[in-house]
Formats: sequence, C-alpha cells, structure tokens
Amino acid sequence: MGLLSLAIWIPIFFGVVLLALGRDEQAGAVRWVALVGSVVSFLVTLPLYSGFKLGTSAMQFVENTSWIERFNVNYHLGVDGISVWFVILTAFINVIVVIAGWEAITRKVNQYMGAFLILSGLMIGVFCALDGILFYVFFEATLIPMYLIIGIWGGPNKIYAAFKFFLYTLLGSLLMLVALIFLYVKSGGSFDIATWHQLPLDGPTQTLLFFAFLSAFAVKVPMWPVHTWLPDVHVEAPTGGSAVLAAIMLKLGAYGFLRFSLPIAPDAAHEWSGLMIGLSLTAVVYVGLVAMVQEDMKKLVAYSSVAHMGFVTLGFFIFNPLGIAGGIVQMIAHGFVSAAMFLSIGVLYDRMHSREIASYGGVVNTMPKFAAFALLFAMANCGLPGTAGFVGEWMVILGAVKFNFWVGFAAATALIFGAAYTLWMFKRVYLGPIANDHVKELKDINGREFFMLLLLAIAVLAMGLYPKPFTDVMDASVADLIKHVAASKLN
Amino acid sequence: MSQTLAASNLLAVPLAPLAGALLAGVLGTAFGGNVIGRRASHTITILGVFIAFVLSAMTLNSVVGDGARFNETLYTWMDVGGLRMEIGFMVDGLTAMMMCVVTFVSLMVHIYTIGYMEEDAGYNRFFAYISLFTFSMLMLVMSNNMLQLFFGWEAVGLVSYLLIGFWFNRPTAIFANMKAFLVNRVGDFGFILGIGLIAAYAGTLNYTEAFAKKEELAQLLLPGTHWMLVTVICICLFIGAMGKSAQFPLHVWLPDSMEGPTPISALIHAATMVTAGIFMVARMSPLFELSETALNFVMVIGAITALFMGFLGIIQNDIKRVVAYSTLSQLGYMTVALGASAYSVAVFHLMTHAFFKALLFLAAGSVIMGVHHNQDIRWMGGLRKYMPITWITSLLGSLALIGTPLFSGFYSKDSIIEAVQLSHLPGAGFASFAVLAGVFVTAFYSFRMYFLVFHGKERFDQNPDVHHGHDDHHGEHGHGESKPHESPWVVTLPLVLLAIPSVVLGYFTIDPMLYGDFFKGAIFTDLEKHVAMEELAHEFHGAWSMAVHALTSLPFILAAAGVATSYYMYMVNPALPAAIKRVCQPIYTLLENKYYLDWFNENVLARGARGLGTGLWQVGDRTIIDGGVVNGSWKIVGWISGMVRWVQTGFIYDYAFAMIVGVFALMTYFVWLNQ
Repeated sequence: MGLLSLAIWIPIFFGVVLLALGRDEQAGAVRWVALVGSVVSFLVTLPLYSGFKLGTSAMQFVENTSWIERFNVNYHLGVDGISVWFVILTAFINVIVVIAGWEAITRKVNQYMGAFLILSGLMIGVFCALDGILFYVFFEATLIPMYLIIGIWGGPNKIYAAFKFFLYTLLGSLLMLVALIFLYVKSGGSFDIATWHQLPLDGPTQTLLFFAFLSAFAVKVPMWPVHTWLPDVHVEAPTGGSAVLAAIMLKLGAYGFLRFSLPIAPDAAHEWSGLMIGLSLTAVVYVGLVAMVQEDMKKLVAYSSVAHMGFVTLGFFIFNPLGIAGGIVQMIAHGFVSAAMFLSIGVLYDRMHSREIASYGGVVNTMPKFAAFALLFAMANCGLPGTAGFVGEWMVILGAVKFNFWVGFAAATALIFGAAYTLWMFKRVYLGPIANDHVKELKDINGREFFMLLLLAIAVLAMGLYPKPFTDVMDASVADLIKHVAASKLN
Repeated sequence: MSQTLAASNLLAVPLAPLAGALLAGVLGTAFGGNVIGRRASHTITILGVFIAFVLSAMTLNSVVGDGARFNETLYTWMDVGGLRMEIGFMVDGLTAMMMCVVTFVSLMVHIYTIGYMEEDAGYNRFFAYISLFTFSMLMLVMSNNMLQLFFGWEAVGLVSYLLIGFWFNRPTAIFANMKAFLVNRVGDFGFILGIGLIAAYAGTLNYTEAFAKKEELAQLLLPGTHWMLVTVICICLFIGAMGKSAQFPLHVWLPDSMEGPTPISALIHAATMVTAGIFMVARMSPLFELSETALNFVMVIGAITALFMGFLGIIQNDIKRVVAYSTLSQLGYMTVALGASAYSVAVFHLMTHAFFKALLFLAAGSVIMGVHHNQDIRWMGGLRKYMPITWITSLLGSLALIGTPLFSGFYSKDSIIEAVQLSHLPGAGFASFAVLAGVFVTAFYSFRMYFLVFHGKERFDQNPDVHHGHDDHHGEHGHGESKPHESPWVVTLPLVLLAIPSVVLGYFTIDPMLYGDFFKGAIFTDLEKHVAMEELAHEFHGAWSMAVHALTSLPFILAAAGVATSYYMYMVNPALPAAIKRVCQPIYTLLENKYYLDWFNENVLARGARGLGTGLWQVGDRTIIDGGVVNGSWKIVGWISGMVRWVQTGFIYDYAFAMIVGVFALMTYFVWLNQ
C-alpha cells in the first residue's frame, strides 16, 4: 500500500472500528483510540513532505490500479506541489479536532470521533484523487459525515442547518457530475484528470464546463453570492465541525478550481476572469462589512472566512505566480487560523454556552492564558506580519497590484476591514472590566486546551516567520499550472 | 564591506531585547505561571536593551569612525515568481543613528518604568511589551528591504496597540487602542499598495536593488492613467507614513493614545515609533526625489499638521495631551522638511526631538506621580519647590523644544525653517508661513504648561475632583498626603540623562549630519532640482555662529514673543485667558472639538461602515439572496410539487380520464407522424 492510500485509509479504518466497537460506557477508551488513530494518520503524512521532490510538477507518490473496468475508472492517486500540503494539513487538523472534542462531547462519543476520522480520510482522498470519478466519490462522500456531525451534535436549529448544507452543496455538485461525464465522452472514454488537462476544447464547450465546475466549487468555497449557507451552518455546527468545515472543507472547492476549472478550461477561465475577480472582491469588501456588524461570534468568523476565501479565488484568477501561490498559501494559512478562531470560540462556548458577543466582556481578567492565545489568533486573522494570516494576503495583494492597481486597491481594503471586525470583537469579548457574574466565574484553559491551542499557535507563527518551505514545495507546480493556463486550448 | 560590522553582532541587537521580552512575557506573567518575579523581569529586560544599546553604539562608532557599511541578507523568507523576499540588515549612517536613538531612549524608559509602574499589577507584562517594542522598532530601522520594513511597521503597531490598552479594564483605553490600530491600518493600506507597486515594477523589495531601477521607474505611467508611477508610489508610501507618524488627517489616534502609561507615551508616541514614517520617507528619498508632486503633497500635509495641531496644544489642560499635540506639531515640522527635500534635516530633527520630547514626557510622568496621579495642569502650580530635578530638566526640555539658540532643538528646527524658505515647490509659501507661525505657537503652549505646572500659586490642593486625571490607576494610593514630592532616583536619573543630549547634541552633530557625509549613501537629494540643502550649506559657518546669528532672526523673536505672551497671560494677568476665551468662543469651540475630526470619523465613517454592513447583511444576504433566490427556489419547487399533487387526486375516474386523454393524444401524434 502506498503512502497516500495509508493516509486515506488509516483514519477511515480507525473510524469504522470506533463506529463498530465503541460504546459510551467506554468513552475514555474511545477517545484514546481516536487520538491514536488521528496521530498515526498524521504521522504517515509526514514522509510526503520529507520525501517530496522539489523542482518538478509531476505527480508524486502515484498509485494507479483499475477500479471499475467497464467505465475505465481507476483508483488513481498522487500529489503535486499544489495538493501535498493539504493532505498534511487535513491530518493535522484532525488531531486538533479530536483533542478539542475530548471533554465537550459526552454523547455517542464513538460516533463523533468515528465521523471525524472517516471525514479526514475522505477529504485526503479528494486532494489525492487523479481520477474524475474517484474525486467525485470522495468529494460527495465528505458530505455524509459532516451532515451527521451537524445533525447529531449541532445546536438547536441543527436539522435546518444540516439540510441547508447538504442541499446547497449537493445541488452545486450535480452539474459537476454532468461535466465529468461529458469529459469522459469527449476524451474517448477516460476519467483521467491529466488527460483532460490536455484535451482540446472549443470556446463554448469550455465556457459550459467552466460554469458547471463553478457551480460546484463556488458553493463550496463559498464565493459571494452563494455564501449564505456558511454562517447558518457554522452557527449550528459543533466546535469541531466548524473547525473542520472552515479549515479543510472550504478548501475542497478552491482546490477544485486549480485541478479542474483552470487547466481544463483555460480559455474560459481567462474569458470569465473579470467576473471571478469581481465576485472575489465583492467577498472581500461586502462580506468584510457584513462581518463587522455580526453579534454572534461564530457568524462573524464565518463571514470573515468568506472574506478570506475571497483572497484565494482572487489570487487564482489574476494568473500570476504571486497570486496563485498566494491563494494556495492563504488556503493553508486560513486552515490554521480559522480552526484556531473556531476552537477559541468553542473554549468559551463550553464554559458559557453562548456565542453572543454581548454575553462577554473582560474575559482577559479571568482567563489570561486563553486571552493571550486569542490575541495571537485575532492578529493572525487580521493578517499581522509574522503570523500565517499575513503571508497569503501579502502575496495576493502584491500579485493583484501587479495585475491591476485598482484590483490591488480593492483587495488591500481587507487590511482595514479585517482589523475592524476582528479587533472590535476582541475588544468586546476579551477586554474591558468583567461584564457579568458568568465571566467572573470563568476558569482559565486546562492543560488539554492549552496544548491544543499551543499546537495551532506554533503552526501560525512558524508559517508566518518562515513560509519558504510551503512555497518551495508548490513552486514548480504553480509555474507549470500558469504555463498550462497561458496556452490556449482552442483548436 | 567592513570587517567591523558582523552579521552576528548586528543580529544580537534586536534579538537581545526579544529574548528579554519572551522571558519576561512568558515566565513573568500568568501565561507561564508567574515563575519569575518583578526584580528578575526588569533585570532581564533592561539587560537585553542595554546589550542592544552597547552594540548599537559600537555600530555607530564603526560607521562614523571606519566608514563601515553593511548590507546582507540573513535568510530568504520566500521566493515566488522571481520575487525574492528576504530578511536582512542594512547599516549606514541613518540606520546607526536610529539604532542608537531607539536603544538609548528605550533603556531610559526601561529604567524609568521601575519607578513609574512600581505599584502596577501588570509590571512584568509591561516590561515584556516595551522590550518587544524595542525589538520590533530595531527590525524596522535595520531592515534592508520592504518586507521586513512592513513587518517592523506592523509589529510596532501591535505593541502600541497592546500598550495603549495596557489598562484593559478602562473603557477609554481599549477604545483608544482599537482606534489607533484601525487608523494606522488606513495608513498601512496605502503603504502596502506603494510596496506592491515597487515590487511589481522594480521586481524587487530590496532597497538597493529598487533604487538602482529608479530611472526606469521614473519613465513609467500607472497603467490606465496619466499619473507618473513614482508619484503614485510615493504618495501611497507617504499615506503609510501619515498613519504611523500621525499626520493630518490620520493624526486622530495619537492624542487618544495618551490613555497608555506615560513611559510608553515617551518611548512609542514621541521618540521612536511615530518617527518611523519620517525615517521611512528619508530611507526612500531616492524615489521621493523623482516626484515633485509627491514632495509637494508631503510638504503641505506636514505644514497643516505643524500649525493646526499646535493650536490644539494651546487649549489642552491634560499635561500629557499638551505634550502629545506638541509631538504632532513637531512631526509636522519633520514632514515639512521631507517635502523640502531636506531629508537629513528632518532626520536630524527626529533625533533631537526624540531626546527632548522623551524628556518632556517622562518629566510629565514624574509630575503626575509627584501630584498623586492628577494630570490636570490647572490643579498644579509652584511645583519647582517640591520637584527640583523634574523642574530643571523640564525647563531644559522646553527650551530645546521652542528652539532656544545653542539647544539641540534650535539647530534642527531653525534648519527646517530655512530649508523650507529655500524650497521652490508651490506649497513652500504656505509651509514657511506655517512653520514660522508654529514657532510662536510652540513657545506659547510649552511655556503655558511650564508656568502652570512649576510656577505661580500652588493649586494642587484645590482640585475639586481628585479622580479627574487619567493616570489614576492606583485608586488606593496617596490621597492622604497632600504635598507633592520629588520622584525616586530611577525616575530622575533618566530625566537627567535625557536632558544632556537635549541641550548639547545639536551643537556637536549639526555639522557632520547636515553638511558632512554622515548620511552619505543613505539619503539621496537631487541637488540640481532641489537646491535647499546646497544653499543651506553655503550659509552655514559653524554651529556657534549659527546660534549667534539666530539671536536677531525672526524665529527667535517669535519664540521669545511666545514665551513672553504666555508669561503675561498665565503669571502676570491670569484673568486674561478666560476673557479671551469668552470673546473667541466659536474658535475655542472649534479647537475644543479638535476641528470635529473625531466627530466625523465616529459619526460618518465608523457609523457609516456599520450601517452599510447592516444594510448589506439584512438586505443583500437575508432578503435578496436567502429570501429571494434560495428560499425562492424552494418556493418554486414547492409550487411545482403542489401542482403535481393536485393531479394525484386518488380517484379512479380521474386517472382513467387522464389515461384516455393520453392515449388519444398519443394516437393523434402517431397518426399525424405517419402521414
């Protein structure tokens, strides 16, 4: 079994074992098994970085066996510089999420942990799949555990949220399935994504394909105006669900643009780049303003995620190395930072059972350790240099200014909006005198929470201070992608 | 590259304070479980800054003595699409001077803090913050590229945010720090665009490499416009400087930043951080020299700040706010000098100002301690008897500030005034009026404060509201004793050590800094276009004769008149200010409301943004997207299914009827088809 198969199936194996054997009476053992499973899953992804060959855009760690011969569907896995970090990131976030749910989840612990482990394996599958159908299966399969996580461990309005999440994203991806089948026919019976990259297509076909993929990926990212499911879902999802949703699931959509839309329909991507840039900037400015007035912490961070993901799509569609690499870096950075933001909210929610900003005030007085972490993550969220949040924004803004000064101008407003909504929330929740008796009785974070936040803090700082390992890995693949997208596919 | 400057030594300069900050910040606070105590915290951080200061002084020595220069990359931060982004140091006269100013003032402030923050529960945290600030500021000034410059730029902003909000239980403090951060972010917005344009069109972020391409940049227009690219670059960069160096209209955060403890007002909001913008423009002088439009913009903004912020200083009653508005006004002077292409003069004033303004702030803090945390100068008076060291050092600082001949401030300020008068830019007329009028205003408000605090009747026991002051963080402290007292030696020692350079530094350094080659290679002036510096050099015949000449010049007369007026109004005829206030009520109201800029920002910009956000959320997201499109499609689905449900009645005869109609229709179709 190859490394990628291990990365996909180890967490799924542990998840299935937990589902089958776990009981709430042995919740303690269940948690430890889940932790061991997630740590082992994470460890097997590390050789992907250490063994990764720089300077080539070719797929690495490739596995290819036939799966459904009748339709030439293959179990074809591989990673390149664009996808390899997401495999590692997914496994890392999975460890964090298992730790985060340690005490908060007391009901159906085995199912909760199992769902997250399975989800982690499926998401890694999405990033590794090089076969269209395999990709689609993983892509859609991730909906099931997430649907259950929201629907079972969610808040009071969880059923509505779970449905909204499921329908919104499922409807989006149906058109993608049509596009995949069309490409299968057009390419003479191949589901191989690399083959599709080389397939000559005329203009109108490219446009249709582009929009078919867009409908799936834009919902997932989510791009404005199909973003309204995200705040509703975050509000109802349990803490771990929110963290995984923001950190990894949104990236599946953005990743799709790089793997499908841009290389398969490069001419359409160029033709419609104005639209995409416009939507991305709308996400940055409009959603930035909307985030500012949210009263619910999770909604605020959800809207801020939409704004940050706007930077990702903006970077992709300005077609220069800084923009595309910046978009990918922003995806990774947002994975760390948004997970940290949601887990911080979870720390407060576990104690106060409220996400309303107005319920808090002066938390720093009773939880100084926690407030120090929260400050770091808040600063990362508004893109302070030295934190992960800065790197992607900086690259995309620089790339955008190079592309067109006014696009850069609009993108750079994120510096102001990002700081405004983040710091205003920070001020109202953490600073000031103790607001009420509940805040007065808060206990500071325990060792488990400290450790969990420390891991994320290290990741946020390391990426901010030395992002070179991240960009070096993606360099060759990004350069190749840009070269590929620049060449027309029109006959 | 000289042997006397080594990367490891230079690296130790910022890292020593960083190590101190981390140790005190992690081990000395609740975060790491309060492992080390107060004495250990302040010893570690002071040691770190002391090491940095000694190494900086050695650096300055080799830069001046051996002509040593340094420009090396330490590590590559990232390398994408041919754009290398690095962390590295560049040491020349400008850097070495800034390093010494930063570390010296920081060292003084560290020592002073031992006394000033003695009773504060956040003692260790405070030391960690100011050491972290020292690290950030050193990274900023020592950088050899714009990435690290931006890092330092934002990092000092972060520490400023933390320190303004140091007393986080005060609503005013946590409002002020957010305001400071956001206003600075408006500046950074411009700054990052300027850097982005340089990266895009010069293809590098390294200073030396970018300046090497300035001739190419000068030929370009911003695509899609008729604007010279360098003009856009320079104005964008200067918007960054306007935020950090508190230039009109982005100055609004600085007066409010006085909510922070006094030591940081001296360190950050007077001596070092707020001068980062001035430093940056001087560093970018090769680019600014290419655009007269940008220089003119710089000069006019500086002139507005210099004069109009001085006016506001006149009516303040809070001792720290008087000094804060004075700082704004002096930053305006520096900016005017930048606009006149007299970069070295601006940086020279930056240096002298750092010493005397840090002195004035620390002295103000000493006064605040002496009168038991009252900050209102109306309830002071006659303090010279009780606080002799604070009194003398304040007097020296004030004399330096108003430009008394032979004092440091005189040399820098007079040089600015002369440079502006020699400038040929369109804005120079207004600017030279502003800086001259500013001399009178500066002298007036400085000595108004001086007289009210140290001379006249003792009024400290008449304060109707002892809690009025802003710095009254020790509620339990000292209201029993009524007499003011001199501060302990840890407070007065820094005052004395800062007073010395405030008096003598200008005399000794004007020649090498303005007319020698101290800034050679660091600051570039296009002498053909901008003649001010050359003519200044022509007129300069030594520091002594400059002072003698000045005794008969207009600036000196204006300064003397300012002092005399304030003496008359506050010592001889104290009823007069109230009478003037009654007569000039509208002007007074305008000043009282700070030209209504805060009102505008809060009610128009902040409220507007929140209103727009609410509107977009409620109308855009909730009503149109969710209500119209998303729920609309559910409604359409519901409507269609409703129609279909209506057909399924459950009655056999309905279905039979439908079948017959269907069969009939099909038959008709096939018959028609076969014809």
